[in-house]
Parts: sequence; structure tokens; C-alpha cells
Amino acid sequence: MNKLVNITIDGRKYQVHEGKNLVDAAKENGIYIPTLCHFHEVNPPLGTCRICTVVVNNKTTTSCTTKVYEGMEVEINTPELQDTRKAIIEMLFAEGNHFCPSCEKSGNCDMQNLAYDMGITVSRFPHVYSNKVVDFNSDRMIMESNRCILCKRCVEEVKTKEGMDVFSFVNRGVKTRVHIDYDEEAKLTDAEALHAMNLCPVGAILVKGMIYEQPFGDRKYDIVGKDKEAPKREGTKKRSDENKFIVATTSLAGCFGCHMSLLDIDTEILDVLEIVEFNKSPLTDIKKFSKRCDIGLIEGGCANSENIEVLKEFRKKCDILIGFGECAIMGGIPAMRNFVPLKECLEEAYIHGLTGEIGANVIPNHEDIPKLLNNVYPCNEIVKIDYYIPGCPPNASHIWKVVKNILLNEEYSITHEEFKYD
Amino acid sequence: MANLEQALQRTSLMDVLWDIQKKRRYISHDDKTKIAKEFNISRMELEGVISFYHFFHRKNAGKYTIYLNCSTISKLHHYQAVKEAFEEEIGIKIGNVTPDKLFGFFKTSCIGLSDQESSALINFYPFTNLTPAKAKTIISKLRDGHPLESLCDIPKDNIQYRPEEDDKTVFFKTYKPGKALKKLKDYRPDDVIELVKNSKLSGRGGAFFPTGIKWQFCKDNIADQKYIICNADEGEPGTFKDRVLMNNHPGLLLEGMAMAGYAVGATEGTIYLRAEYFYLKEKLEETINDFNKNGLLGKNILGIEGFDFKVNVHMGAGAYICGEETALIASMEGKRGEPTTKEFFPVEKGFLGKPTVVNNVETLCAVPRILEMGLEKYLKIGTNATPGTKLLSVSGDCKKPGVYEIEWGMKLKDFLDLIEAKDPHYILFNGFAGEFLSSVDFDREISGENLLAEHIQFSFNDPIEYSRKMSGVGLRSGGSFMVFNSTRDLLSILKNITKFFVAESCGICVPCRTGNFLLNKKINKIMLCHADKSDLDEIKEWSTIIKQSSRCGLGKTSTNCLLTAMLKFPGEFQKCLLAESDFNQAFKLEKAVEDYDNIIHEIESSYE
Ligand SMILES: Cc1cc2nc3c(=O)[nH]c(=O)nc-3n(C[C@H](O)[C@H](O)[C@H](O)COP(=O)(O)O)c2cc1C
Ligand code: SF4
Ligand code: SF4
Repeated sequence: MNKLVNITIDGRKYQVHEGKNLVDAAKENGIYIPTLCHFHEVNPPLGTCRICTVVVNNKTTTSCTTKVYEGMEVEINTPELQDTRKAIIEMLFAEGNHFCPSCEKSGNCDMQNLAYDMGITVSRFPHVYSNKVVDFNSDRMIMESNRCILCKRCVEEVKTKEGMDVFSFVNRGVKTRVHIDYDEEAKLTDAEALHAMNLCPVGAILVKGMIYEQPFGDRKYDIVGKDKEAPKREGTKKRSDENKFIVATTSLAGCFGCHMSLLDIDTEILDVLEIVEFNKSPLTDIKKFSKRCDIGLIEGGCANSENIEVLKEFRKKCDILIGFGECAIMGGIPAMRNFVPLKECLEEAYIHGLTGEIGANVIPNHEDIPKLLNNVYPCNEIVKIDYYIPGCPPNASHIWKVVKNILLNEEYSITHEEFKYD
Repeated sequence: MANLEQALQRTSLMDVLWDIQKKRRYISHDDKTKIAKEFNISRMELEGVISFYHFFHRKNAGKYTIYLNCSTISKLHHYQAVKEAFEEEIGIKIGNVTPDKLFGFFKTSCIGLSDQESSALINFYPFTNLTPAKAKTIISKLRDGHPLESLCDIPKDNIQYRPEEDDKTVFFKTYKPGKALKKLKDYRPDDVIELVKNSKLSGRGGAFFPTGIKWQFCKDNIADQKYIICNADEGEPGTFKDRVLMNNHPGLLLEGMAMAGYAVGATEGTIYLRAEYFYLKEKLEETINDFNKNGLLGKNILGIEGFDFKVNVHMGAGAYICGEETALIASMEGKRGEPTTKEFFPVEKGFLGKPTVVNNVETLCAVPRILEMGLEKYLKIGTNATPGTKLLSVSGDCKKPGVYEIEWGMKLKDFLDLIEAKDPHYILFNGFAGEFLSSVDFDREISGENLLAEHIQFSFNDPIEYSRKMSGVGLRSGGSFMVFNSTRDLLSILKNITKFFVAESCGICVPCRTGNFLLNKKINKIMLCHADKSDLDEIKEWSTIIKQSSRCGLGKTSTNCLLTAMLKFPGEFQKCLLAESDFNQAFKLEKAVEDYDNIIHEIESSYE
């Protein structure tokens, strides 16, 4: 075995085997460096995902491509580096089209899990919503480019017996995609195809007819996170009068599922009502704001002109706005229409769709009907949103816990277990 | 890796693709099937290679394929009017091919002719100093069947300046083939390396890695085969000094390569020439032939026992990233030009896994001159840290664009006088990967003295702090020098820069691929007066993230211009900022419902 060397990680000294990969060397000493593209013995390491960015001797670099040597000084968990890593994941979410609530991989997805770990409720980057193709052409596989993060694992690892590539990068820059070579893919055994699916850290490579065995909620990362502590964020100071806090809620382009979830706390709603009074809300059926509110809870993104008006009114009338549910945070399922021309959407809905009336040939329009926007927008792309509660829908007690904590200015955080995008 | 034989065969892939592209004007489905079979790779892998390079087409690109340079300097020289003239004359918009497949008209980034813009390449024949009238004439003559050879321009060298005494000139003075090579008789390989080390020559491609040390590393790595690669990709916008050097003294370059080979023990050299310089290929190959004939290349060169060296030319195919040395090597191996992770440097595992030296044209040309002049004389030129001279390619708002050979150590303001820049307001120094300079930098000297670590250089937030700390710090450039006067729009220049990086990012890592794309959008937002102060803060934050976490030099440097421009010209960014607000002011409801209004309007009018 090669010799031991001394290295410093975040100010503490460690002894590790010389030449060992920094990710592994840190792991042996109980320090976790997140990775996506890194997997077992791939050599040279891919270094594509950049999540394991650290500082080595004052220079930023990736841990997976760094081999330890005597006297190396490493910074891993400085606030700045943690933020950089978080930003990279957020950028992956913003560039791809990740609709976790409708994703086969949810719960088994490495990227989703990292995002939970890092406490990502929303991406700081605007969603690109670029139109990407889902390729069903191969007999056995589906390539879901919307979810592909271009880690290159499959390109490097999956080969036929003759050594031919099955997956390849095509085009360059923002247009880079992984494509399947159908002929070569057909030569893989079923086991090899499954291996490709499992190798993919996200839900981009799927084998038709092969769903993950465990149900949602019982998957790899659903269980693993239970004992992890979530990152903390400081609460804002909030005045606390004798009077009750006033809360308004609304559902924009959502399914009302989040509001249903709100009610799921059953009798505990009585406790909530001790401190909270509802103003404008579908729960009270109050249609107009009658007072200024402490908190506005927003479900759903913005799909039409009315959503925009309501959202802006909420921003004006509420001190704090909370976006709850995936649709409010990133557009959610309704945003899937962002890749289809509006005209096609309307025709599909009212004329050609299977659920339309036979012989229907009118797209309804009237000045009282709100106008559809060109895209479905996440709420934070229209107004400032102060807090986000992810989930599809978020769990009931979780929502109320967050609301209470904000109102009472208690320290709060979402635990890993409560983090769910689906 | 596949076996060596296969890897060797693969190195000819680019040539095969070029042959087909040139003959057929695109690479067809059938071609791909045949090539994939011949090279024993999957079709999709081949597709990946073809689609990486922007001069390879998958649809017919026209009998005459016109590439109009859209880089920022051309915008100062009638780009828009020339573009419109072409469009009108051939009857299609840029980015298209005429229905009869006679003309294809495309944009391309800097083609190394910034001193004679606007410029274009038609089937890789150069056309310079274009005007709308000239564009129209070219097209009508082509229609009449005039051959391109008779119509194209011969790019001018525009060597504007060199030190007055020959003693102080390194590059642009008389050259006698073989004069320097002959001196090798008295040098052992180690002596050459020692000489290069002592000359403090450092990489002129822009990274300034000490050349002697690079050669030493390569020499120390024992292998049955080693390679010398001359990086003639010259992709940095605004740079064209390598073009002029190769056109003037192709022999000097060959001597430099042979010396590198002699020093490190390599017998094969390749010039990786960017496709934009196809017109130089013949000249280089002729010179190689002459050298072979005269015993200056080949076996036992000049009678020196065991000194064997041969050179060939490898063509690029349109990818800025292939100037990065590891991407360049991948490209020569017939792969996508993606940079590697630097797990190994080329001197350890380079071309075909063998130790390889990659050097810029200018670096290689300097070596025979140093040998010729003698170390002592050479060290007298320039400054202590950077002896010798530097070639700068000057373009933009000045009276005398062209190539300048200056002694290191010249003050920036003196250089501006030399090029006769009347109102130098924004100076884009060292290309798009470089930095913006302003009048606070005028007293700094162009040299490698007193350099600061890069993370310090780009971390200033306060202009006063910047000028205090940077005043004594030298300015180093790979060769690009673009000047803009005060009437130019900084944001348009920055937009051109970010667009360039979006187009040229290889796409392998997210910070560079999508980060630059998002920055480009932010600049649009500022230009539309939809931004507020938080957008500026975000630009800074995002730029730093991109810089920190990108995989290669492209991403690490792509935001330098933006960061320095924000530091030095804050006013340009604040011109039309909106007051901060809880509402996103870039969102306009009228625009967002435009599609819907149109659809409804269409329906309603169909009722009538
Ligand atoms: C994005 C990128 C583009 C580059 N383009 C060029 C180029 O066009 N020409 C060049 O000589 N070096 C270029 N380089 C630098 C090369 O990677 C390498 O450092 C250089 O060829 C080494 O030669 P030198 O030491 O003689 O400069 C580029 C680097 C990067 C990161
Ligand atoms: S589960 Fe993973 S792959 Fe699927 S949408 Fe969510 S983040 Fe993307
Ligand atoms: S920084 Fe840009 S060019 Fe470099 S590897 Fe990443 S994507 Fe490719």
C-alpha cells in the first residue's frame, strides 16, 4: 500500500493514502463531498458535473479529479463553497425541465436527493424551459432529455461487446444532448440496458416497462435522509400584536391540491385558528381583501392574465408571500405546456382532444375569460416571493409548521424528511 | 482506449469529413453510415463528432458557402450593411441556403482578419474590407462563373511597427532558412532546454506557461514516441498575429518545431491550423516540402545524427474551444473537441496518449531567434520577467490597425499613441477571455512584471482600491488588442462577447454552458432597461460562480470582461436601471398575452 500523507481539511489535520482521490479520502474520514458524475472506478474521472468543487491550495477545483498529496490544504465546507455547489444544482434544475411529481425516478434520483440535502426550495436562476425531445424511438429505451444533466456516465460506461458506444454527445454548448444509437442499443442484453438506467443519476434513461419496484415514498432517498439535519435559515422579525395574524390564500394555476392539503390537518385547524384569522381565501370564500395581511399563501404558478393580477394584488396586500407547492415554485405540471405552441394547446383542449365534445370546433373566447399567457410562469418570476414550501402537495402539518414559525419568529427549518418535490 | 492501430486510423477522420464536406457541401446520411463502418464507430458517435464542428454541415451548405464574420469589430465596419447587401443579392436571410443550393450564407465568429473588417470567407477564400457594393459585385461575379481564386483578396499583413534596431527585433526581420537550425550542432537537447529556460520564454497562446519547463517535463517522460503540436488555432477574437507570422516566416515556425522536437526527443510535429486559415495551408505545406528537400526537415537534419523530424498540417473545423490544448488533441484524434480534466497534462499523456508539447506559433517562432541572437542579446530586450518582444494584433477605433512587435515594458498610453487611437475609451485587452481596460490603466506597462494571482485580480469591487493595487502591475496579453472610442456602446460589445461564449462553450459542464447563456439574457435585460440593481448584483454573483466552477479555461475566463467592465464603467450599467421593486419589471403582461391575442384575432377574423 502506498504511504500515508498529511493533509488539512477545513483546518483539521488528517492522514490519508497518497494518491487517493479526494472524494474518497474525505469520505474515509467522515467528510462528505457531494457528487453526481463520479462513479466507482471510472478513470480518468469525468469531472463534468462540478458539484464536488472545493478549494485546494487556494485554487478552486473538483475533488474527483484531485489526488491527495503531502501538505495539501483543502477547504470543503466554507459557506461560499457550499453556496457554489448549491448554485450548480440550482442551475441544473433551471436548465433542465424537472417535473419531479411526474418523474419515474423521483425518490431514487441522486440530483433530487442532493437538492434536498442542500435545502434547495427554489432555483435562484430563471427557468430556461428549453424545448427538449423525449426520444421513444428505440425499441427498449426512452431518452428523456428534459432530465439529462450531461454527466457523461452513460457515454463512457455503456458499450456493446464489440466496444461500440451506445450513448453519444451530439451538438455542442446549450444544444448538447445525449442521443441513443438505436442499432447499438439493440445489441445490449436486458441486464445491460437496466444497468444503463440505474447508472443514470437522474431519470433520463428509462427502460420501457421497467418501473422501479418500490412505491414512491419508500425509495432509496426517501429513507436515507431521515437522520440528516436540514440547513437553517434565519427567520424575519415579525411584529406580534395581541390580535390574530391575518392570512390570505389563493390558488392560481394549480390543482387546488395544495389547498386540500392545507385542510388535511383535521382538528388541529382549531389550534391554528387560535392565532390566525383568514381573510381573502377560498377557504373562507372571502373574495376581496378587507384588510392588510401578514401572510399570503400562494398555490400555483401564473398561466393567465387573471393569475398575474391576483398575484400582484397579493404582493401589494401581504407583508410576506409564501409560495407553496411545486407549481408556485417552478410552474409545475401546468408548465409542461411551455414546450407546446399555445395554439396547439388550445386546439388540443377544445377541438382535437379525445375528451372534447364530438364535433366541437370552437376555441371559446370572451372578454370575461382571462387571457392565456405565452408561458406558465413561476411566481417568483412575476413578484418577489419571500418563502417557499416545496412539495406536490406539501404535507399539511409541514405547511402550518412553517407558517407558524414565520409568524412567531421561531427558528425553523425544513428537515430532510419533509423535503419533497413530489 | 481502442488499440493503437484504430486510434491512429481515427486521426484521419477529420480529413475524411473535410473531403466530403468540400466535395458534396454536406455530410449525408449515407456518408455517415459508410464512414462509421470504415472507422468502426457507432453512427451516433460519428454524429457527435460532426455536430461539434460548425463548418461541418448535415444539410447542403450551398455550392458557395459564405461565412460572414459577426465579431464585435466587424460591427464597427459596416457589418450590418454588408450583411443586408448579401441577403438582398442572394435573396435569403443569413443562416440559410438558396433553394437552388448555389449559395449558403452563415455567420461565424472572428476569422482572424480584424484589421481589415468587414470580412468573410467564401469556400474558405478570404474577402476583406467588405462594403455593400463589394458584396454585391462578388455575388454577381460568382453568378457569372468567375472563379473564387480570381475574386478573393490576399489578406494584408499590416505589420505596423517593430523596434527600430534589428537587435531589438525578434520576429519581423530578415529570415534565412536554416540559419538557426545549423546552430543546433553545438547544442545537446539539454542545452536547448536550458537556453529556453534561461530566456524566460513563456507561452504566447495566452497562458504564459514557462516554455522551458514544459519542454523539460516532456523530455523527462520516457516514451517510444513523442509529439510536437503547434497551436495555430488562433481563435481568440481580435487575434491575428499568428496568421501574419505564418504568412511571413513559415520557415521560422518549422525550425522552432524541429528544435522543440530535438529538445524533447520527438520526431513528429503537427500544425493544428484553424479552418479559417485554409488559405495558409498551401504555403505551409510548400515550405514543409522545401525544408524536406533541403535537409532542414526529414532524417538526420543538417547532418546531425539521429535528428529526425517531420511536420504535417492538420485542419480544424470551426470550434474556438479546440484552441485549448487538451481539446485540440482530442480534435486531432478525430473526436469531439472537449477539454479533459487535466488529470494528465499533454506533456504526460497527450496525443495518442504519448508525451506531447503544445505550443503557440509565436512561442515556437521565438526559439530559433533566441538561438540565432544568443541569450545575452535577447535578454537585453524587454523587461526582467518578460524579456524579448511581443506581437499584438490591434483592431478597432484607431488609425493604424495591424500587427505590432513591441518590446515588453511599453506603457499602455504610449502604445495607444503608437496605434494612433484618438479617443481610446474602452480597451478590450487579451481578447474576449481578457479584460476591459480604461483610462485608470493607461500608466500600466505591457509586461509580465509584478503580476497578482488571478483570483485577486478579478475580485475588486471598488475602482479606487483597484487602481491603487493595480497601478504597478504589468499587463499581459496573448495578442489581442481591441480599442473602442467613447461613442461605442459597451453593452452591445458585452452582448457580442457573451453570445460568443454561448456559441463556443463545448457544453460539457453546466456553469459554462448555461451560466453564460443566462448572463447573455441578463445583458439583454439591462439593454432593454428592464433591470434593477439586484440584476447587477446577480451578474456579479453568477459570474463568480461560473469562474470558480467551470471545467476549463473557457468557462474560467468567459466572465472576465463582464466583471472588469462593471468595475470600470459602472455608469454604462446604471444608465437605465429601474428602482428596486418587489415586482419583476421585465415582465410585461401585454407581451405575455400577445400570442393569445393573435390566435383569438385569427379565429375571429375567420368568422367574418
Ligand atoms: C478556451 C481556450 C482557447 C485557447 N485558444 C488558444 C489559441 O487559439 N491559440 C493558442 O496558441 N493557445 C490557445 N489557448 C491556450 C492553450 O490551451 C495552450 O495553453 C497553448 O497552446 C500553449 O502554448 P503556449 O504555452 O506556447 O502558449 C487557449 C486556451 C483556452 C482555455
Ligand atoms: S426526480 Fe430527478 S430526474 Fe426526475 S424530475 Fe426530479 S430531479 Fe429531475
Ligand atoms: S468550461 Fe465550457 S468549454 Fe470548458 S469544459 Fe466547461 S462547458 Fe466546456
